[in-house]
Amino acid sequence: MDRRLIIEHIPRLRRYARALVGDRYVADDLVQDTLERAWNKFYLWRPGSDLRAWLFTIMHNVFVNQARRRRYEIEQAMDELPAVAVRATQGEQLELEDVDRVLRALSVEQREVVLLVAVEQLTYEQVSRALDIPIGTVMSRLSRARERMRQLLGGQSVIALKVVK
Amino acid sequence: MKPVAEAELHTYVDGGLSEEAKAEIEAWLRAHPEDAEKVRAYAEQNALLRTLYNPVLEEPVPAALLAVHPRAWRRYAAAAAIFALGLGLGWLVRGEFITPQVIPVSFARLAATAHAVYAPEVRHPVEVPASEEAHLVGWLSKRVGTTLKAPKLAPLGYELVGGRLLSGPQGPVAQFMYQDGRGQRLTLYVSRQRGEPRDTAFRFSQEDRVSVFYWVDGNFGYALSGEMKRDQLLQVAEVVYKQFNP
Repeated sequence: MDRRLIIEHIPRLRRYARALVGDRYVADDLVQDTLERAWNKFYLWRPGSDLRAWLFTIMHNVFVNQARRRRYEIEQAMDELPAVAVRATQGEQLELEDVDRVLRALSVEQREVVLLVAVEQLTYEQVSRALDIPIGTVMSRLSRARERMRQLLGGQSVIALKVVK
Repeated sequence: MKPVAEAELHTYVDGGLSEEAKAEIEAWLRAHPEDAEKVRAYAEQNALLRTLYNPVLEEPVPAALLAVHPRAWRRYAAAAAIFALGLGLGWLVRGEFITPQVIPVSFARLAATAHAVYAPEVRHPVEVPASEEAHLVGWLSKRVGTTLKAPKLAPLGYELVGGRLLSGPQGPVAQFMYQDGRGQRLTLYVSRQRGEPRDTAFRFSQEDRVSVFYWVDGNFGYALSGEMKRDQLLQVAEVVYKQFNP
C-alpha cells in the first residue's frame, strides 16, 4: 500500500471540502475524517480504478452522515439566506464573494454536483458514481443549480456588475 | 436544425462534446440568443468558481492531515512509534491501537488561537489569578461540567498564573495559564466533546508559532499550547495527562 497515492489527492480534497462547507477549519475536519475512513477502507479500492472519484465518494458519505448527525451550523445559516439577487458594489474580490454566497444558497445536493462538475471537473458519469445517483439526477441537479445561480447573480454578466452601482 | 436538449448545453459548457457536436450546438446558439446567454452564464460560473477555489491547491497541507495514517500501518509501527515519541504510556495502547479515534483539527486551532490571544496579555492574562486557585477550579469545573484541576507543573518550572472561561463551539471552555521563570507561557484548554465518550492518542499540531498537543479523554478534549519546540511541549503534555489520569 502506497501512502503517496492518497496524499497526492489531499489538496484537491481540501479544495472540494472548502467549497462545499465554506469554513476552512470545518472543511479540514471533513478532509481528516475522509482520510481516516479512506485508510480504513483502502482494501476496498480496486487498483486501476479512479482513486480520486473514490475519495470523493467517501467524502460525500462522511459529509452526509455528519450533516445528519449534528447538522453543521453552516447548513442552518444557509437556510436563513434571503433569496434575493446579490449585486456587487465594488471590485473583483466582492464579486467572488457574491459567487460564494450564491453557492451557499444552493441546496447541498445541488452544490455537490455543481462543484464536482465545475471545480473538480469530473465527468457527469464520474459524478453519478461518486454521489451514487442516476445520471439523470446529476443533470437535473446541475441544471437547477446553474439556473438558480444565474438568477441570484441577477441574470447578467458578473463582470458587467462592476459598473452597476 | 434539430432542437438541442438542455443537457447538451451543459455538456457543451463542460467540454464533453466532439468537434462535430460542438459545431452543431454553436449553430443552434447563434440562432437562439436565450440559450446562448445561458451558456455564457454557466461558463462564467465555472470560471468564477475555479478562480475562487483553485487557490486552496496552493496552500500548504496542514501537518495534521499528512499525519493521518492507516490503522494497520499504525499497528505495525506501534513499537517504533512508542519509542520514537517517547510515549510509553498505557493510554496510548488503549487509545491509539484498539479504538482509534479522530479529534478534529479545528480543536487544536481553537486552542492555539486562544493561546495566541491571551498569552501575550500583560495586565489581564487571566480572569481569576492563581492566588484564588480553589475558587478558580471550582468555578471552571462547574461551568465545564466535570471535576477539573489545575495540573501541578512546578517540577517542570511552570507556575499557575490563573485561568479564564472561554466560549467554544461546543460550549464553555476552561483555560489555565502557566508561566516559567523567563515569562514563557503555556495554556491548557479543556472543553466538553460532543458524542460518545472516547479516547484518542496525543496529536500534535503546529499553528503558526504555537505548538499544540491535543487529545480526548472520555467526554473531554484537552489541548496544551505553547510557543516552544514539540519535544519540550510533549514533556509537559505527558505530565498533564498523568495528573488527570493518576
